[in-house]
Amino acid sequence: MRRRYPTQDHPLLRIGLTAVAVGVIGLFLLFPLATVFSEALSKGIAAAWEALKEPDARSAIRLTLLVAAIAVPLNAVFGIAASWAIAKFDFRGKQFLTTLIDLPFSISPVVSGLIYVLIFGLQGWFGDSLRDANIKIIFALPGIVLATVFVTFPFVARELIPLMTDQGRDEEEAATSLGASGWQTFLHVTLPNIKWGLLYGVLLCNARAMGEFGAVSVVSGHIRGLTNTMPLHVEVLYNDYQYVGAFTIASVLALLAIVTLVLKSLLEWRYADEIAATHRH
Amino acid sequence: MSAVGASRWRNPSALPGFGLSLGFTLFYLSVIVLIPIAALIIRPWSAGFSGFWHVLSDPRVLAALRLSFGGAAIAALINAITGPIIAWVLVRYSFPGKRILDALIDLPFALPTAVAGIALSTLYSTNGWLGEPLSHLGIRIAYTPAGVVLALTFIGLPFVVRTIQPVLTDLSREPEEAAATLGATRFQTLTRVVLPSLMPALLTGATLAFARAVGEYGSVIFIAGNIPAVSEIAPLLIIVKLEQYDYAGAAAIGVIMLAASFVLIFALNLLQNWIGERR
Repeated sequence: MRRRYPTQDHPLLRIGLTAVAVGVIGLFLLFPLATVFSEALSKGIAAAWEALKEPDARSAIRLTLLVAAIAVPLNAVFGIAASWAIAKFDFRGKQFLTTLIDLPFSISPVVSGLIYVLIFGLQGWFGDSLRDANIKIIFALPGIVLATVFVTFPFVARELIPLMTDQGRDEEEAATSLGASGWQTFLHVTLPNIKWGLLYGVLLCNARAMGEFGAVSVVSGHIRGLTNTMPLHVEVLYNDYQYVGAFTIASVLALLAIVTLVLKSLLEWRYADEIAATHRH
Repeated sequence: MSAVGASRWRNPSALPGFGLSLGFTLFYLSVIVLIPIAALIIRPWSAGFSGFWHVLSDPRVLAALRLSFGGAAIAALINAITGPIIAWVLVRYSFPGKRILDALIDLPFALPTAVAGIALSTLYSTNGWLGEPLSHLGIRIAYTPAGVVLALTFIGLPFVVRTIQPVLTDLSREPEEAAATLGATRFQTLTRVVLPSLMPALLTGATLAFARAVGEYGSVIFIAGNIPAVSEIAPLLIIVKLEQYDYAGAAAIGVIMLAASFVLIFALNLLQNWIGERR
């Protein structure tokens, strides 16, 4: 028998560990994914198509797209501003500011929704004055947008801060010393350097914005056809025993997750040097 | 030149836009994150400390907190065992389909929690693909605390794998070779040379998985069955209290969860410093 190289594992150990890994990933990750699609198609593709055409499903899809279209650009602009300040300048409290920006990732989604109910809800800080002014924030679009902005808050910033810090400030300083204005420097020097990182952050931000459940669940009120996003509509249908409908909407969200993963892998593979998050999450 | 003059708390810079970018950052951060969190922190004290204590000493609340923290701890422990094995297989071995397996690890990150929740619940219910064979063995997972742990393990797995993977990739093989040359068995090398160097990453990953699991809601509530004091998690109880317009009660549980988040952030920072010192 050929001798093994000393840092190679025994073939039996190798087979055993690979079996454990494949087993865990298969049973634990692949099976749930397969369940989603198989349940959606359990009554045939026509039934699934019908479920998608249903007015409440349509309105849930529209609301989800609308919320993401507001929340993602807001957090992208914030991410660019925050990383410009943190990466291009030296000031005290930088580390603390970065920790604060990451804060929403560590907070339970339900608590993320709760904080806005405590401010804008009926018994919240501004509850009475909002009711008198006839402005609805909780159980309406603004609340859903706020909760979504909160849970997706750090995505773009935490990608761009390490990336722009690594890139330093020499190129920008050269541009300004040659007479470029701040905006010109940003548009023609910084933006081309960070575009793939920005896209990476936006991609993850968007996936979470469209899929967020807990935080939105607290502030939405679950009004069918009005304040239900896609994940909330999945819950409503599932609790109503409308499994085909629930799993059809769920498979649209699962497809979104798969597309996100594919694009994410592509960006990590193709532009590994131009994004910072290749090794972090 | 910068519109804001150089002051003592920052170094001068030739680049413009400091005032604007930092100003917007602080404004947005305050409006979206800091002020709402402050609203949560001051809310439960309207009835004094005794009111706060009254909420938390309710057996139902205690049971929910115990389940959320205990379940998250068990799930993190399970991931601390399977995570390194998966990371090892993905980094050190090569076999067909490895890239796809590797990409699948991120699924719990990308899949909306409600989708994961109904999928796990269907899969492990007594007539599901996995629940049925298990029920013949007398094991019930859906609608029991075991279901909660299962869902929390699901969402925590990528944190452990993805924290260990890069460390393992960068790990030099020389110490392993040295250990083998000095007569160590492969098992000794793995447990005494490789594992200790993975320890900081393993601890970090497990802590991240724990932090995520403590507050997890969407993937848990469908499979949990949500029986009060048995399989009801703390985040769900916050929603129950909100539905009863018990804002102070909801805020009291929220403050406990928030405090746990702060402690975990602090622990993770300590871990990072420890790793930094080892390098």
